[in-house]
Amino acid sequence: MNEPLLELRDLRKHFPLRDALGRARGAVRAVDGVSLAVARGTVLAIVGESGCGKSTLGRLALRLIEPDAGSVRFDGEDLRALSPAALRARRRDMQLIFQDPFASLDPRMTVGAAIAEPLRLHRIVPRGGEASRVAELLERVGLRPESAQRWPHEFSGGQRQRIAIARALASGPRLVIGDEPISALDVSVQAQVVNLLADLIRDLGLTFVLISHDLGVVRHIADRVAVMYLGSIVEEGAAATVFAAPRHPYTRALLAAVPGRGIKAPPIEGDVPSPIAPPAGCRFHTRCPHAEALCREQPPILAGGDHRAACHLQDRLPPAPPLQEAEPGGDRLRRLQAFFQPAGTEA
Amino acid sequence: MLAWFLRRLGQIVPTLLILSVMIFGLQQLMPGDPALTLAGEERGDPQVLAQIRAELRLDRPLPEQYLHWVARAVQGDFGFSWRIREPVAKLILEKLPVTFQLAVMAFLIALVIGIPAGVISAVRRDRPVDWLANGLALFGISMPNFWLGIMMILLFSVQLGWLPPSGYVPLTEDPVQSLATTIMPAFVLGSGIAGVLMRHTRAAMLGALSQDYVRTARAKGLDERVVVGRHALRNALIPVVTLGTIEFGRLLAGAVLTEQIFTIPGFGKLIVDAVFNRDYPVVQGVVMATALIFVTLSLIADILYMAVNPRLRSA
Repeated sequence: MNEPLLELRDLRKHFPLRDALGRARGAVRAVDGVSLAVARGTVLAIVGESGCGKSTLGRLALRLIEPDAGSVRFDGEDLRALSPAALRARRRDMQLIFQDPFASLDPRMTVGAAIAEPLRLHRIVPRGGEASRVAELLERVGLRPESAQRWPHEFSGGQRQRIAIARALASGPRLVIGDEPISALDVSVQAQVVNLLADLIRDLGLTFVLISHDLGVVRHIADRVAVMYLGSIVEEGAAATVFAAPRHPYTRALLAAVPGRGIKAPPIEGDVPSPIAPPAGCRFHTRCPHAEALCREQPPILAGGDHRAACHLQDRLPPAPPLQEAEPGGDRLRRLQAFFQPAGTEA
Repeated sequence: MLAWFLRRLGQIVPTLLILSVMIFGLQQLMPGDPALTLAGEERGDPQVLAQIRAELRLDRPLPEQYLHWVARAVQGDFGFSWRIREPVAKLILEKLPVTFQLAVMAFLIALVIGIPAGVISAVRRDRPVDWLANGLALFGISMPNFWLGIMMILLFSVQLGWLPPSGYVPLTEDPVQSLATTIMPAFVLGSGIAGVLMRHTRAAMLGALSQDYVRTARAKGLDERVVVGRHALRNALIPVVTLGTIEFGRLLAGAVLTEQIFTIPGFGKLIVDAVFNRDYPVVQGVVMATALIFVTLSLIADILYMAVNPRLRSA
């Protein structure tokens, strides 16, 4: 049982860029040598700015796109070695929740049909038993069973995301990857969906990978955190440790940017450099307030025991500013959660 | 739903009315005098001309002529052809099946070629088969119908002798001969539409294939053929349905050049002859019939649209 459920090793995905004549013109290094392991029944959060490769990493992990190099092991099995048919059969064990619930549901399929499709495909319930299983799943995510006969466009964003969650759970997956599952939702609905996810993870013993840029949510449900910058992991460790004592300057800057946290860290300047031509040496050096000559020349290695960081200076940096708990009611998410605590159903 | 349908039917009446005024007015702007054309040899005799004008009510004020025509048209009487002395309704009913057969065949050819080609080229984007399909579509769209028609006659009739070069045999008379006489013109008409359908299907499929719900379908573990057919294509067909009905309506309005080349006695030929001979009742009748076909088709398109797009049903 100690073997991780999902293990990524040296994953790499570059998207080639071509000019109008189809000649190669460099590549976007979306994911550039990522190794991660997700233990069974735990929640790993992958955080980082837009364009850092989080979503690509999620799709690579499910082999929805093919990596250029590296391996993906699911339950000890190399996903890349599976035949297309074997991979399709495997898909029932690993599911994905997308960011935009308006795009992820087929507009021409009723909610019930969309949820029943994997049930039928993987023969999960006996023939004819789909309807009751669909109703059960809908109730599990807080929707009325009658919703099955309705069309996706008849639901609100939050309801649609609940449908997408029910759909993802239909095949009884062991691993679920949520690619920004709440960031497209109204703030008032976010807390409800986060609570729903947290409940489901706990009750079903799911292994969950949460891709997010919302550190408030991450802090709420993640066991471990991996911070991504320009296609690489810059820091990885237990969520509590990373939040309490971030070792990478980038992580510190991210934490400082969370509203209402009251942490003071040197402000991060400039934009993310282009992933087509990432800076030499440490990729963060162009924006790092502590950068030295070494950082500009040599790429740092992700090093350390259970709490790893890719920074030459991690042992010499001034201690992270103390984590002040925001004053009660200062945390937007917490406030909302308190407000919605008896997780009301919307339908 | 019923209310919507009735409202939609109600819109047809003013559309046709406005159109009838326009066509009536525009005819008056055409150069030439129908009385002169009809008088033929006797065009020098003022008495003959006056008699013709009186008979055809051409001496009456225009509004009166129009009201007279409308009053009878709503009863299904489109008057007589001045030139061939036959009821216009009869002429239309004679030609309509010919044009209808040609249109259906051309449209089937376009569908059978255009939609699969669009799907394949979207799925195999930037591969040789995509280039080939795009090249053929461009060819289909840009080849003038008369040129393609002449080339086909040269190849299949003159060189190979497989098909009759021209003429028309009704389907009820001899189905095989009927198909033989219409397959070439149908292909000529269908090839251009196939190209248009292919390009639109391709674009819509590329859009659909990059949607999250298609990724969801893949993540469910569905076979790629099911992903493409059940999830992507069904959504991609929505814009194609609109386009298809417009193209079909255009086919039913008759294909002047193609019918001319293959000497097929359809709508196109009827209206061209009528215009050249200032045969006003025929022109009016054909235009109104075409308009009626168009508005009916667009009504069908709207119904089809609701069938393929559940988002419109509750509206």
